[in-house]
Amino acid sequence: MGFYFAQLLTGLANASSLFLIACGLSIIFGVTRIVNFAHGSLYMLGAYIAYTLVTTIHAGPFGFWASVLLSAAAVALVGAVIEILILRRIYRAPELFQLVATFGVLLIIQDATLAIWGAEDLLGPRAPGLDRAVRIFGEPIPEYDLALIVIGPVVLGLITLVFRKTRWGVLVRAATQDREMVGALGVNQRWLFTSAFMLGAFLAGLGGALQVPRESVSLLMDLSVIGEAFVVVVIGGMGSVGGAFVAAIIISVLNAFGVLVFPQISLILPFLVMAIVLVVRPYGLFGSPASAHGAPPVPEAPMRPLNQAGIVAMTLVVVAFAALPVVDDGFILVLAVDLFVAVLFAASLHLIMGVGGMVSFGHAAYFGLGAYAAALAVKTLGLPMLPAMLFGPLAAALGAAVFGWFCVRLSGVYLAMLTLAAAQILWGVTFQWQSVTGGDDGILGVWPASWASREVYFYLALAVTVVGLALIRRIANSPFGYTLRGGRDSPTRAEAIGIDLKAHQWLGFIIAGALAGVAGVLFAFAKGSVFPETLAIGHSIDALIMVLLGGVQSLLGPLFGATAFVLIEDWVTRLDYWRFIFGAIILLICIAAPDGIAGGLSRLWRLVRPGTPRSGRPA
Amino acid sequence: MADDLLAVSGLNTYYGGAHILSDVAFAIGGNEVVALLGRNGAGKSTTIKSVMGLVRPRSGSVVYQGEEIAGDEPYRVCRRGIGYVPEERRVFSELTVEENLEVGRRPPRADASEWTPERLYALFPNLAERRRHPAGRMSGGEQQMLTIARTLMGNPRLVLLDEPSEGIAPLIVEQMAMVIKELKREGLAVLISEQNLHFARIVSDRAVIIEKGAVRFTGTFADLDANPDIAQATLAL
Amino acid sequence: MSVLSVRGLTKTFGGIKAVSDVSFDLEKAEFLALIGPNGAGKTTCFNMLNGYLRPDAGSVKLDGTELVGIRPRKVWRMGVGRTFQITETFASMTVRENVQMALISHHRQTLDITHRARALHVAEADALLARVGMAADADRATSELAYGDLKRLELAVALAHRPKVLLMDEPTAGMAPSERIALMALTGDIIKAEGVSVLFTEHDMDVVFTHAHRILVLNRGRLIAEGTGAEIRANAEVQAVYLGGGSVFHGEAGGAHG
Repeated sequence: MGFYFAQLLTGLANASSLFLIACGLSIIFGVTRIVNFAHGSLYMLGAYIAYTLVTTIHAGPFGFWASVLLSAAAVALVGAVIEILILRRIYRAPELFQLVATFGVLLIIQDATLAIWGAEDLLGPRAPGLDRAVRIFGEPIPEYDLALIVIGPVVLGLITLVFRKTRWGVLVRAATQDREMVGALGVNQRWLFTSAFMLGAFLAGLGGALQVPRESVSLLMDLSVIGEAFVVVVIGGMGSVGGAFVAAIIISVLNAFGVLVFPQISLILPFLVMAIVLVVRPYGLFGSPASAHGAPPVPEAPMRPLNQAGIVAMTLVVVAFAALPVVDDGFILVLAVDLFVAVLFAASLHLIMGVGGMVSFGHAAYFGLGAYAAALAVKTLGLPMLPAMLFGPLAAALGAAVFGWFCVRLSGVYLAMLTLAAAQILWGVTFQWQSVTGGDDGILGVWPASWASREVYFYLALAVTVVGLALIRRIANSPFGYTLRGGRDSPTRAEAIGIDLKAHQWLGFIIAGALAGVAGVLFAFAKGSVFPETLAIGHSIDALIMVLLGGVQSLLGPLFGATAFVLIEDWVTRLDYWRFIFGAIILLICIAAPDGIAGGLSRLWRLVRPGTPRSGRPA
Repeated sequence: MADDLLAVSGLNTYYGGAHILSDVAFAIGGNEVVALLGRNGAGKSTTIKSVMGLVRPRSGSVVYQGEEIAGDEPYRVCRRGIGYVPEERRVFSELTVEENLEVGRRPPRADASEWTPERLYALFPNLAERRRHPAGRMSGGEQQMLTIARTLMGNPRLVLLDEPSEGIAPLIVEQMAMVIKELKREGLAVLISEQNLHFARIVSDRAVIIEKGAVRFTGTFADLDANPDIAQATLAL
Repeated sequence: MSVLSVRGLTKTFGGIKAVSDVSFDLEKAEFLALIGPNGAGKTTCFNMLNGYLRPDAGSVKLDGTELVGIRPRKVWRMGVGRTFQITETFASMTVRENVQMALISHHRQTLDITHRARALHVAEADALLARVGMAADADRATSELAYGDLKRLELAVALAHRPKVLLMDEPTAGMAPSERIALMALTGDIIKAEGVSVLFTEHDMDVVFTHAHRILVLNRGRLIAEGTGAEIRANAEVQAVYLGGGSVFHGEAGGAHG
């Protein structure tokens, strides 16, 4: 009895810190409509700054609590800098560009933290005055946990009070619904956004600073917390502070008891709960349909068929690639295969995201499924390369069919979050199921058949990629592709002309998953090995960056984006502090070319060739 | 004219590459109600949004109380004393009526009596009964009244009303006409965009007809009646 | 003969009766108007007629077949078309492609990946666009269209499936007076030529009194009156809750009708 009560209290203490982070994330999303990937970084910064302050100022309980508040305030200032320098410039950009930009911020903060505090984990002191345990039902409960259990509801109460009773709170809630109208009523939105972002950052910093007495401060804090924070925000309903509180309690308490039954469950439990909640309530516990979407998209221009010049250009590109082995048979060929894999992966994501309007934060799941299925077919079933390759897309399609069935029932940010959850579950399974997948060690020795020399494999990859891209293009221009696009533009209209949109979206999801699986197969045999990283969040974000770099609104976008990504990554990762440089490059592109490389090029094209028809909207 | 409250001249606005307004020019006196008439797509809403700063005009001048405001951001335009009532109502549906009014609140002008929630509840009795209700639960007509009340909370000197009679019941349209007349009595200037010539005639002093983004006629309704061809050609009567 | 027969339709939202015991018939080739104050329940009514909302009670029969409980897309297949109060179109497509999409669905080709969508049913789509006077706009981007043109496009899309019943939610909102008359005259022609039955909501009383064969008046979810234009105008209750003194619509459109 006492033991279970202690577990409950541990869960509630965890819930408080999780709530602080998630509620800041929710407030920021509510007002700015930005899904802030860098929120975990703010949490991490709060912990590092608090560590420094607590270990320099030795002034008992007062010094400790002052340090915690000072750290949160410092993080709020960092938040202000981020908002003013970066986010302010991209509020009108498509929401995914904003997500990628905040991912750039995450990379920069990661390396900046590494430069300032070093790579070692830091262990902070216990909180003065709260460093003992009290016995409840005979079990020792840390006093500090009890303090946390009180802090959570107090913060919730304060925020609710601010939102209901102050003019600032009313303005923030109004801006959450209609930013432009608030501006037209005389409110300077800039400061409203900056202050809301600062409040969110303050809460993240507070959450981080409060963790110092509980766990060691490390560079992994940012990504380890962001997944769970997203889950909490989504379960509670995007933009709902009370929802975040309830969801934080559900997740943390379930986790506290779940680990008793099945110790590995903490890796996937939050995502499992989220998947279940979203299937029952598609907008979270307290969210509304309006909370699913960011800024309304600018309608894109109708598709035009590729003209003669375009076909010639694409053929020339393929011919130029086919001639590569003449120039070099070593490193360039390896890089080229990497490029093919990336292009096919990005194009398959673009099919559901650009054409179908379903944003996936977890597309790497199907890439990884393809890679693992092919690798297992070789290692476990002992199949030769070509038949083993077929297993990849099959397994990926099957996985996409299972997860897609749930995902297409949601829309907007919620759909994106469920795809993330799906990928995270698969990653957790791969990571844990050592007897089959090799766990962290991966599967080694997945080499191409002996007849497939580096050159032959290159041609095989080229052929598969060209066929894959041609298929995607064909689909995009077919009645099926138009149906997906129609569903993206107006689900209501699609339904009103007799279309079973969910069925079509599901099919699109499966096709895109299978194609990502093909990319995964090419990858597995090119590298000779498969690791859980192929399914990780980071890899899904890579694909998003590729699509966004290229421009979502163009079928050629993924080609440009993947090329740019592979070349930049190949160059940058050789440098020290490459995350910082890579993050800076991402930010630069987001701010300079919010419509991606393809969009930027076509804008440039219009500049040098006036008279080309432009699209626009009349009154 | 020197005594114009608002003087727009040479206004050009584009959406992407499309030329929406070309050299639009008109003026509004200090206590005048002017109707901007034209069929849909003629550029009425764009004109209002260009004055408000919601759309940035590419060239031209908007002079308000002797100062150039073209290209200013909407919140600055509002703070100068120009209130905007959008076509689609756009109330903050999850906020209560009271909170909606609070969002619109700006300091009073020195030369006019202040709009308080109490005064507005007297003008719009329906709102008083529902002051603690979420705005989204009210009927379309009540929401229309709330958007006007919300804008008046900013104590504007000039009110821009985009299509006030569109899509609402005849009974509410009648109330709308009374409200506009009341605003004139209060000493305000009003610019309304309208397709309903009959409604415009009831509430406004002067008409500006706009077609394909350019002004085709400026004058009184008597002038307009004397030139039936103009109305025929530009308003598609 | 009654094409659409509605009996005892009721819907409650959060304890408030949005629509309460509404019954009426729509005859073949009839042009029936549904009017009433904003928030009277007109759109809720529409949404129950074609499956977007499930009524708490009541029945909707199309040629004797029950529609309640059937999904909107199936209702459409059975012959009930719809235009929306706030237009719903495919913004990233051209005007013609919007109509082509309806035809592709009509011919059950939405799973086809062997053809190019923009090459299918071009002549049929152009004929439908010509019908609503938009032949010249076929290649324009839908996102560039003015509001009134979007309404006409929706009409063309709705006709692609050759519906028996057409539900039009505020079809002329946002249009100039002559465009309103033209659109409703066009709808009237279609009714005559193809025997379609049309139920529409509208706030422009000139449109209603000029074109509707019969008028239903809804207030606070209940039908309070039913009759011809003259009967409705003379109804004291309708005047009190909806029409008002009539000062804002008599003589609108400069006596162009009447």
